[in-house]
Amino acid sequence: MADVLVVAEAAEGKLKKTTHSAVTFARQAAAALGGTYSILVIGSGVDAAATEAATLGAAKVLVAQDGSLGVYLAERYAPVVAEVAKARGIAVVVGTASGYGKDLLPRVAARLDAGYASDITGLVTEGSSLKYRRPMFAGNAFGLCSVATPIQVVSVRQSAFAAADASGAQSPVEQVAVARPGAAAERVEFVSFDQVKSTRPELAEAKVVVSGGRALKEKFNQVIDPLADVLGAAVGASRAACDAGYAPGDLQVGQTGKIVAPQLYVAVGISGAIQHLAGMKGSKVIVAINKDADAPIFQVADYGLVADLFTAVPELTKQIQASRG
Amino acid sequence: MKILVALKRVADPDNANKVKIPPSGDRIDTAGLEWKPNPFDEYALEAALRLTEDGKAPKARAGEVVVVTFGPKETEQTLRAALATGADRAIRVDVTDDKLDGALVARALKALVEREKPDVVLMGKQAVDGDSNQVGQSLAELLDWPMATFAATIQEEQGALLVGREVDGGVAVLRVRLPAVVTVDLRIVAPTSVYSLKTARTHKYNDGVRFAALPAIMASKKKPLAEVKLADLTADSGLKVQYHGFEPPPARKAGIKVKDVADLVARLKNEAKVL
Repeated sequence: MADVLVVAEAAEGKLKKTTHSAVTFARQAAAALGGTYSILVIGSGVDAAATEAATLGAAKVLVAQDGSLGVYLAERYAPVVAEVAKARGIAVVVGTASGYGKDLLPRVAARLDAGYASDITGLVTEGSSLKYRRPMFAGNAFGLCSVATPIQVVSVRQSAFAAADASGAQSPVEQVAVARPGAAAERVEFVSFDQVKSTRPELAEAKVVVSGGRALKEKFNQVIDPLADVLGAAVGASRAACDAGYAPGDLQVGQTGKIVAPQLYVAVGISGAIQHLAGMKGSKVIVAINKDADAPIFQVADYGLVADLFTAVPELTKQIQASRG
Repeated sequence: MKILVALKRVADPDNANKVKIPPSGDRIDTAGLEWKPNPFDEYALEAALRLTEDGKAPKARAGEVVVVTFGPKETEQTLRAALATGADRAIRVDVTDDKLDGALVARALKALVEREKPDVVLMGKQAVDGDSNQVGQSLAELLDWPMATFAATIQEEQGALLVGREVDGGVAVLRVRLPAVVTVDLRIVAPTSVYSLKTARTHKYNDGVRFAALPAIMASKKKPLAEVKLADLTADSGLKVQYHGFEPPPARKAGIKVKDVADLVARLKNEAKVL
């Protein structure tokens, strides 16, 4: 048996889009291994998430529901994933390298005594052997690795695996037993979640991203938001802008922030530090607007505009609006 | 409070675009790049120092900060720098870098934690060379300890830490009862990010990590630095993840400078077809 288990991500009872990227990996890996893939949905009140997961072509959707799983805690979720993987003779456990996957999957791997290939951007198959391409050194090198343990744990970079479409079929849904957590679970308590509410698309999923740098200062939102609105874009920021408090930390694009690869990325007042480039170099079309003609961002930009952003960005917003009638 | 901080040295992350892949593709060549402490681990050390002091009188340590690294003899420089900044004691696990993976480091750290019995293990959320982001989580699982990853804030409570974590869409707050593993994110070194029980909540730290004064650098040479063999920590030194080759990133074709906003809009519309 060589089957793949997708660890789904659910929030407020619904399936998160991150899951669909892991499913794309699972389809490729299961085909190479000659096996099937299942999707594991964990939580409390996740029937809607399970129903949605059942449209994604899995052999089975497994649901682990329990009141104790209502809020995500790695200490409680990892034993559930590990137990299902062991009991079902799973060969590859995969999730997406979102905040959730990055927190959970290494814990799962340790519990399974398995190797963990993180944040992979490609799957290379030779017969039934799986090799993983993963970025290192802020995306300045790519390593090709394999995992040498009977069970492998993998996280995929969301922007590198297109979201899986519905298959047209309905997968059977099966409830699974909830594994008992270890002592660690008794010593961690969820206190609160301070959610940044936004009506914009999520950064990692947006087709267009407009990012601002420190140069915007207190006018960050005043300059960036209208352009993002007219483009239907998600808003991102450089580390410097986040550190200075001009933008919230979860908007940070970069090696250690969000990794994005939209159709269009507009960098406003961003100099282009290596750590920032690592988070957006995969974008299809990159536009940079910066006063400094020597800024490194221009080296990766398809279209560079050397201009004062406080006049250029409002003008750009106006002209895009006008061009659309 | 006793804190164990895991530190890794990395090739200068601000020049990561200068790493080279030889034609054979058998390694990543960082020759010519200076060794620097992994920035996130430096932040972890700063957080550990803040947790073991009264911010008003940072010279007196309330507790102990032990730093550990894995590497050859010359990685002791990284440890000495940490001792100069304020850590009390250092341990070097003798090994060469290419004979390590995250799982092996976590196994060895587990054995070290069982010896040292710290209340908290602190480290960066990831090392910016391998970018794996796994050792803290793996260690917590091996120890069956609670964890709080990607910490942006830490407040000490009686026997516990209240940790604000940077997650997708906001900040999640966890309370972990000690002992626990905490991995830190960038904003942990902001002025009001970390408070020990002793530090007044009105206290503001300088932004960033502290630097060692010259007398402290001299004094650090007398602080204890022990060497431990990897084999004394784990009998299993096998690698679970194996690399078969390396390649440079795909090149982007050179772009152009547009003359004004109208030119940009026209090109985005007609040439790139993204509007």
